[in-house]
Amino acid sequence: MSAITKLYGYKGWLALSIFSAAVLILVPLLNQATADSNPLHISDYTVSLMGKIMCYAIVAMAIDLIWGYAGILSLGHGLFFALGGYAMGMYLMRMIGTEGQYHSNLPDFMVFLDWKELPWYWTGTDHFWFAALLVVLVPGLLAFVFGYFAFRSRIKGVYFSIITQALTFAFMLLFFRNETGFGGNNGFTDFKRIIGFALADPATKTGLFMATGLFLVFALLTCRYIVTSKFGRVLAAIRDHESRLMFCGYNPLGYKLFVWTLSAILCGIAGALYVPQVGIINPGEMSPGNSIEIAIWAAVGGRGTLIGPLLGAAIVNGAKSWFTVAFPEYWLYFLGLLFVGVTLYMPAGVVGVVQQLKARFK
Amino acid sequence: MSSKKTFRFLLNAVICTLLLSSATTYALEVDLLKRLATGESDEKVAAINQLVATEHPAALSILQALKNGELNVSGKGELLIVKDEGTFDALTQQAINPAPEIVEALMLNNRIRGALDTALAILNLQSPDKEKRLSAANELLDKATLELLPGIQKALSREADKEIKTLLELIEASIQIKDSDAEVRLKAVNVLAQSDQSSTSLLLQPSLAKNAEGQFLEPDLRIRIAAKNGLAKINERLVRMEYLGRLFSGISLGSILLLAALGLAITYGLMGVINMAHGELLMIGAYTTYMVQTFFRNFLPSSLDAYLIAAVPASFVVAALVGMVLERTIIRHLYGRPLETLLATWGISLLLIQTMRTFFGAQNVEVSNPSWMSGGYQVASNLILTYNRIVIIGFALFVLLLVWLLLNRTRLGLFVRAVTQNRKMADCLGVPTLNIDTWTFGLGSGIAGLGGCALSQIGNVGPDLGQSYIVDSFMVVVLGGVGQLAGTVSGALGLGVVSKFLEPLSGPVMAKILILVFIIIFIQRRPQGLFALKGRVVEH
Repeated sequence: MSAITKLYGYKGWLALSIFSAAVLILVPLLNQATADSNPLHISDYTVSLMGKIMCYAIVAMAIDLIWGYAGILSLGHGLFFALGGYAMGMYLMRMIGTEGQYHSNLPDFMVFLDWKELPWYWTGTDHFWFAALLVVLVPGLLAFVFGYFAFRSRIKGVYFSIITQALTFAFMLLFFRNETGFGGNNGFTDFKRIIGFALADPATKTGLFMATGLFLVFALLTCRYIVTSKFGRVLAAIRDHESRLMFCGYNPLGYKLFVWTLSAILCGIAGALYVPQVGIINPGEMSPGNSIEIAIWAAVGGRGTLIGPLLGAAIVNGAKSWFTVAFPEYWLYFLGLLFVGVTLYMPAGVVGVVQQLKARFK
Repeated sequence: MSSKKTFRFLLNAVICTLLLSSATTYALEVDLLKRLATGESDEKVAAINQLVATEHPAALSILQALKNGELNVSGKGELLIVKDEGTFDALTQQAINPAPEIVEALMLNNRIRGALDTALAILNLQSPDKEKRLSAANELLDKATLELLPGIQKALSREADKEIKTLLELIEASIQIKDSDAEVRLKAVNVLAQSDQSSTSLLLQPSLAKNAEGQFLEPDLRIRIAAKNGLAKINERLVRMEYLGRLFSGISLGSILLLAALGLAITYGLMGVINMAHGELLMIGAYTTYMVQTFFRNFLPSSLDAYLIAAVPASFVVAALVGMVLERTIIRHLYGRPLETLLATWGISLLLIQTMRTFFGAQNVEVSNPSWMSGGYQVASNLILTYNRIVIIGFALFVLLLVWLLLNRTRLGLFVRAVTQNRKMADCLGVPTLNIDTWTFGLGSGIAGLGGCALSQIGNVGPDLGQSYIVDSFMVVVLGGVGQLAGTVSGALGLGVVSKFLEPLSGPVMAKILILVFIIIFIQRRPQGLFALKGRVVEH
C-alpha cells in the first residue's frame, strides 16, 4: 500500500482528489441537476467534449510512456486507438439489433453489401465482455507481435517512427476497403445503446464521461507506478543511452516490449471509451496525420512528465474545438506553428515552462 | 449480322453494279439522293452504300454533312447542305442564293449512323491524308463485312504505306476467312496469324469450332492446323506484350517514385534530416509549374507548349529557395534531434498546405500536358507507350544524372560528401559547414521541386498533393538504404515494378498494403536497407 501512496506527494494526491471529485460529482451534478438556464449548467455537448478530450489525454499519456520515458516515438498510435474503437464499435453495431434501416440482424453496411452472415472475426461481439476483451487483446497482440520483431532487430529512432507510420497507413487502406468487413469509408455509426442504456440519453453520456475520468486516473497511477519503479529507471536508461545499458548486461527487448504493449492497450481502451461518446468510428482515425498530432499533444504538455501530456491533449484539443468553430481556416496555421514553436522554443513543454517560471520567482 | 441483312446488302450491291454499268448515271444519282432524303431507314442505308459505290466526287461531302447534321431537305425534296457560311446543293456543291425557306434536317437513327460511319471510313481510305486513312482502316477493323470487300481491295491496290497496308490486308483476311474457296481461306488464316491485334484471335476461333455432333465445321485440315498454330502464336505475342506493358508502367511508376524520393535521398540520406514537409516541396514545384503555365497562357499564348521547359528551372529555384529559408530559420536549430525535426517539419508541412489553400483555394488547379506530350507510341494493339510517361522516365534519368554529377563532379558535391562523412574534420579543413548545410538542403528541396514539376503532368495538382507521396518517398529511401543514390534508384524501380505486377493479382489497394507489409518485414530483417553503408557507423 505504501508503494502506492508514495506515488505522489500530498499536493499531487490533493490535485488528483479534486480532479476525481470534479469528474465524479461536480460535472454530473451541474449537468443533470441544474436547469438549462442556470449559468453554472454544463451542457450535454460540453460533457461529451470533455469526455472526448479525456480519451485523447489517455492516448497522450500512453505516447508519453513510450516516447517520454523509453525514447520510442510511435507515429502509429492512432491505429491502436482505432482498433479499440472498432472492437467497441462492432459491439455497438450489434446492439442496434433490428432497428437499423434494413431491419436486419446484420449491421446495415453488411446488408448493403449483400452479405448473408457475419464474418467469422466478428463472432461473439454481441457480448459486452467479449468486445471488451477484444478492445484489450487486439491492440495488445498487434503491438506485441510488431514490437517483438521491431525491437528484436533493434530498429529505433526515426526508422521505428517511419515504419509505425507505414503500419497505420497500411491498416487505414485495409479498413477503407468495403470487402474487409469494417464498414469501409463510413465505418461504424448510428449506434443506439450500450449495455442496455440508450446512448441518446444524457445520463448515459454522463456515465460514459465518469467512466472515462475514472479510467484516466487509474491509467495515470499505473503509469506513474511504472515510471517511478526500478523498471522505469531502466526505461530512462534505454532512452538516454541504449548501447551503454546493453553493455551493463541488460537486454532492453523485454522492457521496451512491455511498455510498448501496455501503451497500445491504453490507447485501445481510450478508443473504446471514445467511440460511444462521439458516436462514430471510421478509418480516418488511422490516418498518419492523426497519429502525428497525438505526438504533438505530448510535446506541448512536456514529455516525460505524464501529467504534461494530459494538459497538452486538453490544450490542443480545446484550441481545436474553439478554432474549428471560430476560425476554421486558421486551425492548420495554429497547429503548424504549434509544432514548430514547441519543438524550437519549448522543448520541455508547458510543464517545463511552469517549472522555469517557478525557479525564477523562488 | 443476320443472314437476311447480308442478303439485302448483297442485293443492293448487285443492283448497284448493274445500274452503274448503265449510262443513266446522273439520273441514278438524283434518284439515289431522293431515296436518301425521303426513304425509310432501309432505303437510306441502301442509298448510303450505293453512294459509296458510285465513287461520286460529292459522296464524301454529302455523307460528312449527313453525319454532322448539316444535310437538309427542302420543301421540294432537294437535298441541301446547310452550313454557317451558306446553303449548297448537295450534288453539284454550288451555293444556292437565296436559300430556300423551308428546310428540314435529316434525322439519323443508330442503324443509319452505323452504316454511315462504315461508308465514311471506306471513303476516307481514299483520302490523300495518311492519318485519315489510318484511322479509317482502324475503324473498319472490327466491322469488316462482305460487302466492304471490293472497297477494301480497291484501297489495298492503291495503298503505298506499309502500316495501313498491313491493316487493310488484315481486314481483307478477316472477310475472306468466310470465303467458300479453301485456298482463299487458308491464305486468310495465315495473314491473320501474323497479326498482333487481340481481336483476330476471335476471327480464328470459328475455324476450330465443332458442330453439335463433334465434327469440325472447317472441313480442310490444313486450315485447322494453320488456325491452331496462328492462335497459339497470337496468344504468345499478346501475353508477351502484356508483360512488357506492365514492366513499362512499373518503370514509369518507379521513375515517379524516384523523382519524389531523390530529394529526400539528399536531405534525409545525406544530411539525416527527417523532412516531413518534403511532400509539400513537391507540391510547391507543381504549383510553380501551374504558375508558369498561367504566365505563358496570359502573356505568351503562342508558345504555350514551351511552358514546361521554363517550368523545370523555375520549380527547381522556387522549391530550393523555400528549402533554404526553412533550413536557415527552423531546421538548423534541430540538428541532432531527429524526432523533434520530424515534428517541426510536419508542422511546416501543415503551414505550407494551408498557405496554398489560402492563395489558390482548396480545389485542384488545372495543369495541362503540352501538346507534344499527349498521345503515345503504339507498339502493339494492347501496348501503347504514352509520351508523357516516356518523358517522365527520361526526365527522371536526367534528374538522376544531374544529382550524380552535382555530388560527384562539383566542388559543392565534394563539400557535401565531406560534411556527411566527417563534419568536424571538414570544418577543420576550412569547409564552411553551416553554409554547406543550407546549400545541401536547398539542393534536396530543389530536386523535390523538379519532382513536383513532373508530377503535375500526370496527376492532380492540389494542396494535398504532397501528402500522398510522403509515405511512399520515405519507403523508397528506407528500402534503398540511407545515403546511397544507387539504393534510392533500386528502391524506387523495385517498388514500382513489383507493385505493377502485383496489381492485376490483388487489386491496387491490396497491392499497396502488401508492399507496405513487405517493407515493414524487410526493414526488420535488414534495418540498413538494400545498400548499407560499409564500415563502422557511429551510433550517436
